[in-house]
Amino acid sequence: MSEATPRPLLVVGAGIAGITAAIEAAEAGRDVVLLEREASIGGRVLQLHHYFPKLCPPSCGMEINTRRLERNPRVRVLTRSELKAAQNGTVTIRQAPAYVNDRCTACGKCSEVCPAKVKDPHNLGMSEAPAIRLPHPNAWPYRYVLDREACPDGCRACVDACTYDAIDLEAKEREETLEPAAVVVATGWHAYPLDRLPELGGGTLPNVISNVQMERLASKSGPTGGTIQRPSDGEAPKRVAFVQCAGSRDHNHLPYCSAVCCLGSFKQALYVKEQDPEAEVTIYYIDRRAFGRNEDILARLSEEKGVRLLKGKVGQVKAGDGGGLKLKAEDVEAGRLIEDQADLVVLATGMVPNLKDGVLPLGLERDDDGFGLDDTRARVAGVARRPADVATCVRDATGAAARALASGRA
Amino acid sequence: MERVGVFTCTGCGIGEALDIEALHAAAEDPKPTCTASHPCLCAPEGMDSVRKAVDEEKLEGVILAACSHRAKRQELQLDRAATMVERVSLREQVVWSHPPNEEDTQMLAEDLLLMGMAKVTRAKAAIPISETIESGVLVVGGGVAGLEAARGASGLGHQVVLVEKEDTLGGRTRDLRYQTPARPPYDTLVPSGLPDLVAAVQDDPQIRVLTGARVKSIRGQPGQFSVEVETPSGVESFKSGAIVQATGARPYDATKLGHLGYGSSSNVITSHELEAMLSRGELGRPSDGKLPSRVVFIQCAGSRDPEHLAYCSSECCGVTLRQMAAIHKDHPGVETATIYKDMRTGGQLERFYQAVQTQPGSLFTRGEVSAVEGNGNLKVHLKESLLGDDVSLDAELVVLAVGMVPNSADGEAIRALRDARVRSEKGDSEIQKKEALKVVEELKHNEGTEILNLDYRQGPDLPVLRYGFPDSHFICFPYETRRTGIYAAGTLRAPMDGAQAAEDGWGAAMKAAQCIEEARHGEAVHPRSGDVGVPDFFLQRCTQCKRCTEECPFGTLNEDEKGTPQLNALRCRRCGICMGACPERIISFPDYSVDSTAAAIKAMSVPDEFDEKPRILALLCENDALPALDAAALARTQWNPWVRVVPLRCLGSLNLVWIADALSRGIDGVILIGCKHGDDYQCHYVKGSELANTRLGNLQETLTRLAVEPERVKIVELAHDESDRIPQLLDEFADELEELGASPLKGF
Repeated sequence: MSEATPRPLLVVGAGIAGITAAIEAAEAGRDVVLLEREASIGGRVLQLHHYFPKLCPPSCGMEINTRRLERNPRVRVLTRSELKAAQNGTVTIRQAPAYVNDRCTACGKCSEVCPAKVKDPHNLGMSEAPAIRLPHPNAWPYRYVLDREACPDGCRACVDACTYDAIDLEAKEREETLEPAAVVVATGWHAYPLDRLPELGGGTLPNVISNVQMERLASKSGPTGGTIQRPSDGEAPKRVAFVQCAGSRDHNHLPYCSAVCCLGSFKQALYVKEQDPEAEVTIYYIDRRAFGRNEDILARLSEEKGVRLLKGKVGQVKAGDGGGLKLKAEDVEAGRLIEDQADLVVLATGMVPNLKDGVLPLGLERDDDGFGLDDTRARVAGVARRPADVATCVRDATGAAARALASGRA
Repeated sequence: MERVGVFTCTGCGIGEALDIEALHAAAEDPKPTCTASHPCLCAPEGMDSVRKAVDEEKLEGVILAACSHRAKRQELQLDRAATMVERVSLREQVVWSHPPNEEDTQMLAEDLLLMGMAKVTRAKAAIPISETIESGVLVVGGGVAGLEAARGASGLGHQVVLVEKEDTLGGRTRDLRYQTPARPPYDTLVPSGLPDLVAAVQDDPQIRVLTGARVKSIRGQPGQFSVEVETPSGVESFKSGAIVQATGARPYDATKLGHLGYGSSSNVITSHELEAMLSRGELGRPSDGKLPSRVVFIQCAGSRDPEHLAYCSSECCGVTLRQMAAIHKDHPGVETATIYKDMRTGGQLERFYQAVQTQPGSLFTRGEVSAVEGNGNLKVHLKESLLGDDVSLDAELVVLAVGMVPNSADGEAIRALRDARVRSEKGDSEIQKKEALKVVEELKHNEGTEILNLDYRQGPDLPVLRYGFPDSHFICFPYETRRTGIYAAGTLRAPMDGAQAAEDGWGAAMKAAQCIEEARHGEAVHPRSGDVGVPDFFLQRCTQCKRCTEECPFGTLNEDEKGTPQLNALRCRRCGICMGACPERIISFPDYSVDSTAAAIKAMSVPDEFDEKPRILALLCENDALPALDAAALARTQWNPWVRVVPLRCLGSLNLVWIADALSRGIDGVILIGCKHGDDYQCHYVKGSELANTRLGNLQETLTRLAVEPERVKIVELAHDESDRIPQLLDEFADELEELGASPLKGF
């Protein structure tokens, strides 16, 4: 392991899979460069309220991960960075301008004076935030970020307020090249877009939300401070319907199963019941997929009063009276069509790999759905490789780091 | 240490909210060697000024009175190995959370500085242990996970010994002919990759395979394990740096599934028995050898059932699909039908499911099987949930898709059994012997189950959690077990299919390689990776009470015959639970000790009772409660200014003397905030918060002796994201103490 000038392991994407691959390799004595497109690391998991099946906060494990990361001089983290090109073993990394640099102390003075508001991406647009802000309370680096496009012409309010010389509105993007020994691609996923599901009210009815939006609603750092409310009027929903496989296991949308949505909805049903034990919850499913010991959460849910698990596919969601919603579904067990009403409908949308669109890094191949296929140039980890829950992503990413390092040695 | 400098940052509002001169003047005993303030300590020029002062003043310790130690960790690194650094959180704990320029706020800041001084003056620089570290990896179990772990460790540059109890490699899937597709188009069976994997392992010059072998004993610690293996040709002894346990799983015992016809009809078989038939290419009914015209699969046979296995074994739906496809491929004309509760085909296995569904002669029906009748020809009775009717299906062969049971050994139970056995023979009284016999009876089934045969005080195998899986944090840190340097992989650790077990093998190999690397530098592994301080035991004062050896969640300590602890430093995770357990207070880390925390508590000012300024000590877990408090401060939430926070590595490092000291000084109350414990624990050290609770239970006597109301000590669970709750908890406790009035011990 003592090579003269060891070339680093390059990890693309700093969600839970990429962070894991980077730390595990660095603590094994390898130099690592960890790229993240966003201004802070952590990816999708930090948008989740709790993990199943333990119902524990993702920031708890991330606390340990960031501590391990920041104490380890072998990991170099490049945020706001993406792979631009790769040729003959050399990759070009493009880093977006550092409008807020590492002199930022997170004192917050800039946010106080910022006149521009943006839809907060951390809250999936469900709330507004100043154009310059801390992305979220667990942001790492613990540093503010500026949406430069949102700045009014000529505004320098934040620059004037900052006493640490941390803001540079004229910052330029930069590029660097790197010759990695091996690469792990962990570029993650995004939710299947709601507006592709108009028949289910997606994108048209305000009280039809996605499962990822539900996570933000339940989260203490979310748009409502953790209170589950209907977007239309802020009322606490009395009847909540979860529509499983919304756009999944369906050749018109995503043909595969995203492997986490059933568990996500079971968990979210418990969020609803925790906030309002009187609330009525119906989960419409094709199969209840709770792998391994995650079965515990299904068993727990089955004991909850006022929770109905119904095998059937929801075909239509329409507006009812006073913000209410009307559902048409097939009750498979009763062999008939039923109509139902709800105050809030959660569409359990699947995961689309971010590798699906655009040019693939390093000439990787992908399957028809956009999941990356391992080859000798790079190992693919996390949801870039297959739909998976957090435990699986961590498991696979550790293995992918080992495989990449082993092939890099050869 | 004597030479300590205090460097106060005046940025982020600190300078405007506090009288910095008065703050520095408050540090009188001991008096700092120098004090300075800087408008922005975390800027490069800020830390440069500190480094300059350290060199000029030859400082042994430095206080950085600035933001929380969780912020700006990299920027505020000192890069002077011999100089201790203590962070005092003036930003989060004082100015962001309390009104500026008030007496109480200033007193809080001064107390925190004095407490920081007390800590740093008692800290010593840690000297990393430097010992000979072995780089070999031992892999126990030669199934898919073990084979891949061996390849992985070899690929990472390690010599590997692979121990397999059977005569051949391959484990439970040895006979497999096909596997489900892992690459597009995901709809056709592919040949099993196992023969290639076995060949790759056997041909690897860095891997030595011992078959027909079992581990006789493992002594020592990570980097220095001494292993003895019994092989057909005698005992082999070698050294190993880290261990991967991949002992797999066994099929659930189908003889417990009489209601599904197993045992009463020979034509009811398990999926594993079918696999053996398929691999021989001889699909036939056991009763007469005839090719069955219809094979019926019953899913979840003994799974997702509290009477049998409560969990889902994850692989059985995929196994059945593979077997259905194999029957259609190799025995065209044979019909297959599958009765399921839920078909669980995650990810792209869904595509394979869809492909099998469209194969002629395949049928899937959802239902609960009530009985399987008959002997030669069978009738499967089920309540078909799709139509709600009782129906029956004719079958010539019924296959029970049984789940998997981990091949783990319950190390702690085995230890308890051995202890009980000794007590039952040599007990002090007849009652004790009788009680011990009861325990022996209860735990007898663990006898002879040993796998690793660790020479550990806490038992010869990995401790197990729910359902017998030997993990510790299965979501965030899935390979971690409670024995340092021993990693669990494959179906031993969680139900999974072969493709997942392969990834698991590589992941565990990565962890093994990492543990060896960290041992080389004398560093702790997860979660305090990189910490080089090890506990010191002042054994002259040890009373052999064994609390430390019993309570360490990681089995770090062995005992000699008298019960004196023997440290295996490379097993240590540095949580400090032993330090909290020790009634004689003889266990200390260089930079964390009973003494340094006690000194910090003593450094708090305690105004006399007429001042109407109560004092509250808050002992907070630094992994979850402290971050929650930092987040509350970030949101500029205010809390009671009489609270003084002392962060602990883990609430389990709580030593009761701190509470006794605090109360006897007239501090009005002590609140302890740690992680959730119980089945779904969130404690990073598994047992810490639970042990803190137990210890507090033992405090009652002390409180009575001190004539202090028990309400003055409170313990609370808090999660990392409960930043809204923690200021409320502190405020409520302050209100409760106000009701109680001043501490009766104030002013003594």
